[in-house]
Amino acid sequence: MTVMAVARRSLAKDLRLEWRAKDAVNSMLFFALLVVVIFSFSFDPTAEESRRIAGGLVWVAFLFAAVVALNQTWARELRNQVLDAYRVSPAPAVSLFLAKAVGNFILVGVLELLMTPLFVVFYNLRSVGPVYQLLLIAALGTWALVVNGTFFAAISIRTRSREIMLPLILFPISIPALLAMVDATTMVLTGEASPRFWLQLLAVYDVVFTTVCLALFETVINAE
Amino acid sequence: MKRSSILFALVTLALLSYAFYQGMFVAPTEATMGDVQRIFYYHLPHAWVAFLLFFTNFLASIWYLIRRSERSDALALASAEVGVVFCSVVLVTGPLWARPVWGIWWTWDARLTSTLVLWLIYVSYLVLRRFVTGGQTQVLAAALAIFGFIDVPIVYLSIRYFRTQHPQPVIGGGEGSGLDPRMWIAVLWNLAGFLALAVLLVRLRYSLALAENALEEAHASRALAPQQAEGGPAADPALKLGDKSR
Repeated sequence: MTVMAVARRSLAKDLRLEWRAKDAVNSMLFFALLVVVIFSFSFDPTAEESRRIAGGLVWVAFLFAAVVALNQTWARELRNQVLDAYRVSPAPAVSLFLAKAVGNFILVGVLELLMTPLFVVFYNLRSVGPVYQLLLIAALGTWALVVNGTFFAAISIRTRSREIMLPLILFPISIPALLAMVDATTMVLTGEASPRFWLQLLAVYDVVFTTVCLALFETVINAE
Repeated sequence: MKRSSILFALVTLALLSYAFYQGMFVAPTEATMGDVQRIFYYHLPHAWVAFLLFFTNFLASIWYLIRRSERSDALALASAEVGVVFCSVVLVTGPLWARPVWGIWWTWDARLTSTLVLWLIYVSYLVLRRFVTGGQTQVLAAALAIFGFIDVPIVYLSIRYFRTQHPQPVIGGGEGSGLDPRMWIAVLWNLAGFLALAVLLVRLRYSLALAENALEEAHASRALAPQQAEGGPAADPALKLGDKSR
């Protein structure tokens, strides 16, 4: 089987499991909901203010929620030594990584789609700039978080207190991507500037780190 | 080995003392900032040495992934640890200098913020090294080190854009263009002194890391020993530790 075929099968398996159990989506959604509620009564902004701060709030909520999903990425494969079985099989490691990363992208994407209306309602948001740009920011930004997150989750499963470890190593490296997402979102919402530079930066970040992840994943998954 | 370390430490001490003399007494007092500016002779060399150490960490990590040599991993660990110490000095001397000159401790300016993010990245690297279980520390740490170093230019680019976009709360106050040649001499002496200090510390930490590895191995083979043969004192692998770590 080719790299892509293996990745597709693996992704289909993960999505089917998630569809049946809905573990990751439910915990992420509830977590994000809690963050939104807590933020909204700790800030209680006017419409004008909320345009300024919404970029930060939205992405912080999504980031924390995404960590919940990312932490569960490999947990299922550790039970019954599935990961070990995968390592001795002739299937390329890269396919497994792609499947997991795309799976997480879909999960976090679903979360964002479901939570955005809530943000709009709670914060009384109306974008001044063009909304389609927000979609582009969300797509590039989510991939930036998820590709490194999936990779680092594969590192953090080998540590003590793994659930805490993931954000500790993921957040510092993701700072430029987060900055880009937050600032670009604010620019679009307030309509003050064009987020063109940030979109380029996110695209570069995605390309660079996807390459590094694919190049190093086999080494990391086979680490003894 | 031991004697050369002591010799090197003495040379470092001499260099640092001379650099202190140059920075505190020979270099002229800065026109607008006064004596406070002399912290510059510590601030800048530490920053350069920290960057150099992080670069060393990057190269050693790549080399480890290619060759799997224990020595390059020990070098990566040593340079990251000493680099974090130097970077911390930069982050402490910066605000100490900024407060009297700019009137504030901290500003989210491009260079300050980039240095802080750099520090965060390498602290997370050290945290990871502490927490990995099993014998996979070296590979996982090397992978993270590569991610971290690749991130540095992107961090710098993003923060510079972020800061030029928004109005800066405080402008200028830096050393500006054209240093007095005597100031340059003080900078270079301090750079040499702290570079020597960094090399000394990295060397000590490096041999400590190798000794730790050897000790761990000795413990592991000692634990296995009774099953392989009735281990008499002569077969005790820990006894070989002495020549291994040297």
